[in-house]
Amino acid sequence: MADVISPQPSRETDRSAERLKRIRDGLSSRHAREKRFRAYGLAAIGAALAFVAILFVMILSKGLPAFTQATMTLDVFFDPAIIKVEPKPVPQQGQSPAEFRRATLDWERQVTMVNWNRVVETAIKNAAPDMEVDTRQALSIVETNERFLLRDRFVADPGLLGKTIPVDMLGSANADNWLKGNIDRSLPDAQQQLSAPARALADKLLEEGKMRFAFASHIFTNVDSRSAPASAGLAGAFVGSLYMMLVVIVLAVPIGVASAVYLEEFAPKNRLTDLIEVNINNLAAVPSIVFGLLGAAVFINYFRLPLSAPLVGGLVLTLMTLPTIIIATRSALRAVPPSLRQAALGLGASRTQTVFHHVLPVTFPGILTATIIGVAQALGETAPLLLIGMNAFVAAVPATPLDQSTALPVQIYLWQGNENRNFFEARTSAAIIVLLGLMITLNAIAIFLRTRLERRS
Amino acid sequence: MNKLFLTASAASIAVALSAGASFAQSRDTIQIAGSSTVLPFASIVAEEFGNAFPDFKTPVVGSGGSSGGLRQFCGGVGENTIDIANSSRRIRPAEVEACNAAGVNKILEVQIGYDGIVFATSANQGDFQLQPVHVFKAIAAQVPVDGELVNNTYKNWNEIDPSLPDQAINVAIPASNHGTREVFEEKVLHAGCEEAGMPELDKEALQKACTSLRQDVVVEIAGDYTETLARLQSNPATVGVFGLSFYDQNRDTLKVASVSGVTPSLETIASGEYPVSRPLYFYVKGEHIGTVPGIEEYVEFFLSDQMAGVGGTLEGAGLIPAPAEETAEVLAEFKEGKAIAVADVQ
Repeated sequence: MADVISPQPSRETDRSAERLKRIRDGLSSRHAREKRFRAYGLAAIGAALAFVAILFVMILSKGLPAFTQATMTLDVFFDPAIIKVEPKPVPQQGQSPAEFRRATLDWERQVTMVNWNRVVETAIKNAAPDMEVDTRQALSIVETNERFLLRDRFVADPGLLGKTIPVDMLGSANADNWLKGNIDRSLPDAQQQLSAPARALADKLLEEGKMRFAFASHIFTNVDSRSAPASAGLAGAFVGSLYMMLVVIVLAVPIGVASAVYLEEFAPKNRLTDLIEVNINNLAAVPSIVFGLLGAAVFINYFRLPLSAPLVGGLVLTLMTLPTIIIATRSALRAVPPSLRQAALGLGASRTQTVFHHVLPVTFPGILTATIIGVAQALGETAPLLLIGMNAFVAAVPATPLDQSTALPVQIYLWQGNENRNFFEARTSAAIIVLLGLMITLNAIAIFLRTRLERRS
Repeated sequence: MNKLFLTASAASIAVALSAGASFAQSRDTIQIAGSSTVLPFASIVAEEFGNAFPDFKTPVVGSGGSSGGLRQFCGGVGENTIDIANSSRRIRPAEVEACNAAGVNKILEVQIGYDGIVFATSANQGDFQLQPVHVFKAIAAQVPVDGELVNNTYKNWNEIDPSLPDQAINVAIPASNHGTREVFEEKVLHAGCEEAGMPELDKEALQKACTSLRQDVVVEIAGDYTETLARLQSNPATVGVFGLSFYDQNRDTLKVASVSGVTPSLETIASGEYPVSRPLYFYVKGEHIGTVPGIEEYVEFFLSDQMAGVGGTLEGAGLIPAPAEETAEVLAEFKEGKAIAVADVQ
């Protein structure tokens, strides 16, 4: 500071000394102000991090237990006295494929009519021969769909008849709650979901190691279920979300990038383009539920597309993502120095050549980031999907984007509303963990690609 | 790059449009929507149906409340309208008219059993032995005092009746998009209103006085019962209205109140002792039978003994089975294709 002030006549020196003093006096308060501001900033970051930490700790502490589930390994005897069915039909000479299919279906129906619950019950009772439980109590600790899984095993391999094999069976949601202590174990019988003998049976199986907490891989491989809540999984919702994201990428990226390139590089600057620009910015701020209403009115009522289909969901989310992609691409294009365009034009390139050969490659990292962030936003969107029927209970993995399906965030909403709170509270958090994991992965890919591409260019 | 990019975008748009245009092949999955009370039962049947009939796909079950479901149901005939509407109340004449206007003329009614509506508090609260008149006096906007209607000023339950706990009045009831609300009004509010000894009023004023609620203590829940449960957890002194099956699944945190001296259970509701119960329905679009495969089989499977019958799967989930003769009659009428007309539901 001092060397800035050059030597001056005495009156001047007095004044500059005065100025210097004023600056020195003010210095401490300016430094204090700077420190204060930094402290505010740190406090803000600290608060934000604390909120994120609280959120993560809460979700993880609630959701992680759901990834292990009470599972028992039982010796199942395929008792010929219970399973009385004809041998599985084999293709015969002179039988048309349709006839063979008919015969197979008839046989499968016959197998379905077998009292598989009796098979399950016998297996449970054999596992704990000294416990006195009735049929209902024995079956209340095992998930209700195990009988169908046994049937499916038998359909796949009819040679099992008369054999005994070890089978992993899921414990029922209520047994899982009891063993994990989700329901206060000291509550009286009237407030418990399981009867006292069934609870004792579950405890005994756990003690003897016939029941254990195993990793619940079915959360990823099974579809949603209501009749067998313990076996409910995310596979259907995951595939539904995947289809929607594909539709969004296939539609929103080309349309968005093309509009942005035209508006930024080719469009004449006049009132009309200004109007379009203002509208695009406004669209980005429209609440997502409005797009849902629009989708229901246009795609379902007018174009007669099916309800609850990922295609319609994808179209609605495309509308929602478009402005994001257009705005981000335009700002990436604007960041390209004009000298690049002038050089290309000066060397005789046409405007199209300039844009596609020189400008777009430079903006590629920016466009990619915009796309991935737009897709991540669309992945987490729930509100518009509720209005096009995607909040239905669907117990199948959609084979095509036209099949009925749910989506990951909608599945969270559905599980959150399930009657069996004790079980589904953890399940809901587990689904949130999966969704957050996906989002973080997507964003990490965006950051990785951007840094990599930027370094290359 | 240039050509590739343009071709790619043109192709993707073409694919999207043709996908929309080519959706002409018939749907092979039954589509169901409606009441959140019926939803768990319908979902269970749908799943078991998919398991038991390998030749049909598992039906898709959506929610949206009885009114929402029937509105979708009456949207018209065709691929993108639902086949079955679940309802926790009977269809209204206006809805039948709307259906007919949209071309849905064959509305087949299927009654599947009964459901009880229970009042419950958090498990650590006092015991409630309610009468309909208690509920009415607690939540009506105006109550009769000495033959005159005055603004309701009751603050605690024990001011209404000394037998009730000394607890602030807070009630969470289903909003009007739920069929449960209608039953609540009919079986609890109107019954309590009559008992309360209303002064002489004309019909319209009486109706209004019976169903106007005070907003300071009543919370109307538009979502499902989980939302009501969350209310009870945030304010334990709340009395919530639930379906019996929901209470059954959460009996560790909820305590149920008796109504008119009867504690709700499968037995007391099936016998008709417990006053607040209602039949549950679903409505089948006759026009879609034969177009969408499996509708007839689904209905038969739903009404079969192993599902809706005594000791069936749905009883375990909280549905109160209808007597076997009643179910047989319902099934017979469905098979005949007896459509509902406005006159039937008035």
